[in-house]
Amino acid sequence: MTLREGLHRELGLTDDELQAIIERLGRDPSYTELAMFSVMWSEHCSYKSSRSHLASLPTEGPHILVGPGEGAGIIEVAPGVSVAWKIESHNHPSFVEPFNGAATGVGGIVRDILSMGARPIALMDPLRFGHLDDARTRYLVDGVVHGISSYGNSIGVPTVGGELVFEECYEENPLVNVACLGLVDGRLMSGRADVAGHSVVLFGSATGRDGIGGASVLASAEFDEHSHEKRPSVQVGDPLTEKLLIEASLELIRDDLVAGFQDLGAGGLSCPTAEMAAKSHMGMDLDLDRVHLREADMEPFEVMISESQERMLAVVEPGNVGAVLEICGKWGLEASAVGEVTSSGNIHVRLNGATVAEVPAESLADEGPLYDRPRRRPDWLDALQARAPGDDSRGDLEKAFLEVLGSPSVASKRWAWEQYDHMLFLGTVQGPGGDAAVLRLPGTDTAVAVTTDGPGRFCFLDPYEGAKLAVAEAARNVACVGARPVAITNCLNFGSPERPEVMWQFAEVVRGIRDACEALATPVTGGNVSFYNETQGRAIYPTPVIGMLGVLESAGGSVGLAFGSAGDALVLLGETRDDDFGGSEYAKVVNHTVAGRPPVLDLEAELRLQGVLIEAATRGLVRSSHDLSSGGLAITLAESALAGRIGFALRERGGQDHRWLFSESPSRAIVTCSGAALDEVLSLASDVGLPASTIGEVGGDALDFAVFALPLELATRTFEDALPSRLSATMA
Amino acid sequence: MRARVGVVVFPGSNCERDCVKSLSQLGAETELVWHDDPVLPEVDIVVLPGGFAHGDYLRTGALARFSPIMQAVTDHAERGGLVLGVCNGFQVLCETGLLPGALHKNKGLKFMCKWTELRVDNAATPFTSRASTGSVLKIPINHFEGNWYCDPETLQGMRERDQIVLRYVDNPNGALDDAAGIVNENGNVFGLMPHPERACDELLGSEDGIVLLGSAIDHVLKTTPARV
Repeated sequence: MTLREGLHRELGLTDDELQAIIERLGRDPSYTELAMFSVMWSEHCSYKSSRSHLASLPTEGPHILVGPGEGAGIIEVAPGVSVAWKIESHNHPSFVEPFNGAATGVGGIVRDILSMGARPIALMDPLRFGHLDDARTRYLVDGVVHGISSYGNSIGVPTVGGELVFEECYEENPLVNVACLGLVDGRLMSGRADVAGHSVVLFGSATGRDGIGGASVLASAEFDEHSHEKRPSVQVGDPLTEKLLIEASLELIRDDLVAGFQDLGAGGLSCPTAEMAAKSHMGMDLDLDRVHLREADMEPFEVMISESQERMLAVVEPGNVGAVLEICGKWGLEASAVGEVTSSGNIHVRLNGATVAEVPAESLADEGPLYDRPRRRPDWLDALQARAPGDDSRGDLEKAFLEVLGSPSVASKRWAWEQYDHMLFLGTVQGPGGDAAVLRLPGTDTAVAVTTDGPGRFCFLDPYEGAKLAVAEAARNVACVGARPVAITNCLNFGSPERPEVMWQFAEVVRGIRDACEALATPVTGGNVSFYNETQGRAIYPTPVIGMLGVLESAGGSVGLAFGSAGDALVLLGETRDDDFGGSEYAKVVNHTVAGRPPVLDLEAELRLQGVLIEAATRGLVRSSHDLSSGGLAITLAESALAGRIGFALRERGGQDHRWLFSESPSRAIVTCSGAALDEVLSLASDVGLPASTIGEVGGDALDFAVFALPLELATRTFEDALPSRLSATMA
Repeated sequence: MRARVGVVVFPGSNCERDCVKSLSQLGAETELVWHDDPVLPEVDIVVLPGGFAHGDYLRTGALARFSPIMQAVTDHAERGGLVLGVCNGFQVLCETGLLPGALHKNKGLKFMCKWTELRVDNAATPFTSRASTGSVLKIPINHFEGNWYCDPETLQGMRERDQIVLRYVDNPNGALDDAAGIVNENGNVFGLMPHPERACDELLGSEDGIVLLGSAIDHVLKTTPARV
């Protein structure tokens, strides 16, 4: 059969890539083979533009049991207690079809965690959208949050936090990232196929025509005006099946019936078969007649690349196949032995006994193209950095404060997180709305703290510094609750890698993550790269989303952000610089400016601050702890007051009032403590040379900033009503 | 002697382990019961936990009533045994006919996971004996369909018999008469939308759930002849 001229381009392969495939095979590929290559060699699956850069990231540490390259990183958080931690993106599908795009994003990351043999116990959803004045944005926000709520709640995995950020650059390219934490329960699994003769069992949903080409057509190309026509490429989720898949998989692992395990996600059946075989230098024979299908007469290429959801692939000793099918049956899941492991090194696919594909597993999984794409510093960047950062005073400080407090990116996200079950498993010591979620791990007193951060504006102004700020803030958030930061997972969201400016941003961000992670001793355990977040040439801000994991020895020892008792001292830790306004919330909201340079980060100062925060929490000295980030000192104080439903009064005022209140100098936090503990807190700081000053005290029912004051009640309304009132325009 | 509790697991249930944990902490002997089993083990209390039984497809609880275990649960209730339905379990009890009324979508048409305050309006049931009438319990809700409803005649009778045991202080979902938890006429079948098992640990925000779960255990210990 001769393939139609130009078919490979429709599948997202370049002419050179087709040539490389022909060279590897020594012949023209069949239609099915070409489809398999198109998904496996897609940007989404092969990381062909990013791999060479990612190799520079630190990935090892004393507690890292499994680093990048498996379904998820594995971190030992206490002797004998390990967790899986991973972030993914589902940006493109969520723009095309927000409900199912977001829902299946949750499903995908949950199966990544499951593939390691871990029970998924928590989700986090960092989301970025355009401006809420836009009706389509409101539709997207509602659809995405509903999709996460509907799917996450139904599969019984609590969503304990996330982000909800609004910025014009995400209008045509919303970012729907999702992180999942799992608890390793017994044996750690791996995506391997080590022994010839082992059976390959596919179980879960039937394979249908949904999601054909999701990795290649959707996730590895930019959008244009016809993007909505791609809707059939978005998968449709079935949360009940995912829930049953979780329970059945954990039962199979508990009963020691599985030798190798991997999920089906992007790339469909092609991906785990090729990757497992390649990892073990083996092959696999597959018989497509045995795949349980949703509809008859599917073409073999469709069966091989369909991204139907809720499927897993297990490599099983032949003697255990019966037991595996029985457990799947108990959970109401279809399962079929679709092939076996061979020593041929080839993925050999047959239909009705006839070969439809026979390609080396390693050519699909490991020998994809590797690009060192051209990079160029954007020629507009100097001018942008030279512009004033938007730090002018507007006179009326109270008005500026309320504008920042009520801006959608700063305001309360209760509207979203109350739609998520965030309490299941009785582990949520601190839920959404704080610096980090604190989760007590089932069956232990150990807790982990998890958070995500991705300051797109800072990265736009300076990708290297912005990336460092992202890692530092995520670590600081975790330190605020009293946890020691131990590892990150990252989701790198960018425009098209085929544009040199975007590739330069990417390389700078990776360099920033590397430097910050090395300084803070938080290795990268894996993650995800999402390119092509651009529409008609307009790219998003470079947006690395950092998922930080921290460890607390005792779940009861965590510290929240809420102010506690009247009379507690307010202590500002860290140094405030007057001119840290580039990319700040104040500059954006009050002065409508995104320009200048981002705040200056000193990683040594950051480490000192985090050390003091962790020590103060561990010794039980502080009643509350909250880092200074978006909106600076003013917003941090307000958030802690609103959470504690108690006011405060500042005594001290530093420098020019609006600078002191809204500057976003990093490496700072506000802690509160009783008068009895104050000296010890101050000396903890002075011992390491960390600036610390008592700037006021907790109490009353006003937010009293010394230069202006307003009732707690007014601030509460502004903070809580901002999102519901803007979103109700479409939801009424 | 310990109270024996069977927690039913439907495909899609997800609060069964939380129920087991909280009830075990209170001294109960617990076991999971698979929905496909036509007989119950020897238990004093049957718990139908929260979650999405059979995916809540068609209608919440609508398919679960056909699970084989439900006939055994009905028989247990008719013998006077205690049955506790939490959230999705409450929905299943209404669909099964063991409790009156039905549960609509929340009035705001959104899923809600939040802390609520509940007033105990009848402390004379097996599930509320540790409370006093008028006391307020802090227990979280977690549902999309918690807006309880029944016809006016049924409501009239239920009020006269004090069957609306728990009422929301600040009604979050539009439930008729602020009903958060109701019992059947005999008082041995109790369904509620809030999750008492999530409120048994001060570290998580409240221990008030112990009042309800502990009352049921007390009732068993008081009324069951000693077993060997």
